[in-house]
Amino acid sequence: METSDIIGNIFLIAGAFFIFTGAAGILRMPDFFSRLHPAGIGDALGLPLAMIGVMIHAGPGLITIKIAILVVFAMVTSATACHALAKAALISGVKPTGYISKNVDIKENQAFDKDKKAEI
Amino acid sequence: MVMYIVISIVLLSMGMVLVRAIKGPTMYDHILAANSFGTKTVVIIALMSDLIKDTMYLDIALVYALVNFIATIAILKYFKYQSLGKS
Repeated sequence: METSDIIGNIFLIAGAFFIFTGAAGILRMPDFFSRLHPAGIGDALGLPLAMIGVMIHAGPGLITIKIAILVVFAMVTSATACHALAKAALISGVKPTGYISKNVDIKENQAFDKDKKAEI
Repeated sequence: MVMYIVISIVLLSMGMVLVRAIKGPTMYDHILAANSFGTKTVVIIALMSDLIKDTMYLDIALVYALVNFIATIAILKYFKYQSLGKS
């Protein structure tokens, strides 16, 4: 086994680790907005590391240029898609878990105070 | 040997993302999981090109990445405006 194969394998295993971490986060996170974060990890760390591994395996040539273009496209489009998803969800009214609106909270507190005074 | 392990891990991740794509509570969870599934498909196609030593698969991976992005934006726009533009 040559040195380039070993280095490429290290990059491939690192990429697979980050892709698995991102998938576990997408499956297990409690909330849509927190699920965006592991999705960004899988796209922005896992894919480039795995592609760098493939690049080192193949050696210099046309494959290197194609994979470089692929990595640049993937990083630009994943960030854009994540931003579009987050903005669309925020506009359409998806609430994070544990989110407490300030206005509702103040009204409830006032009502609670009135009831308390009435009781007293 | 390492290549087969990496492909197995990516396939397992695709299965986990697919579970979220099926049972996601909101519509945006479905779209996010589908987008992530497409990214993992790109990774698998590139790994296959390294395994078979065929450069042609990299072109397919490139086109798949672009189609994946366009599909995500198009689905989002369709659900927001109920159309894909002026007809």
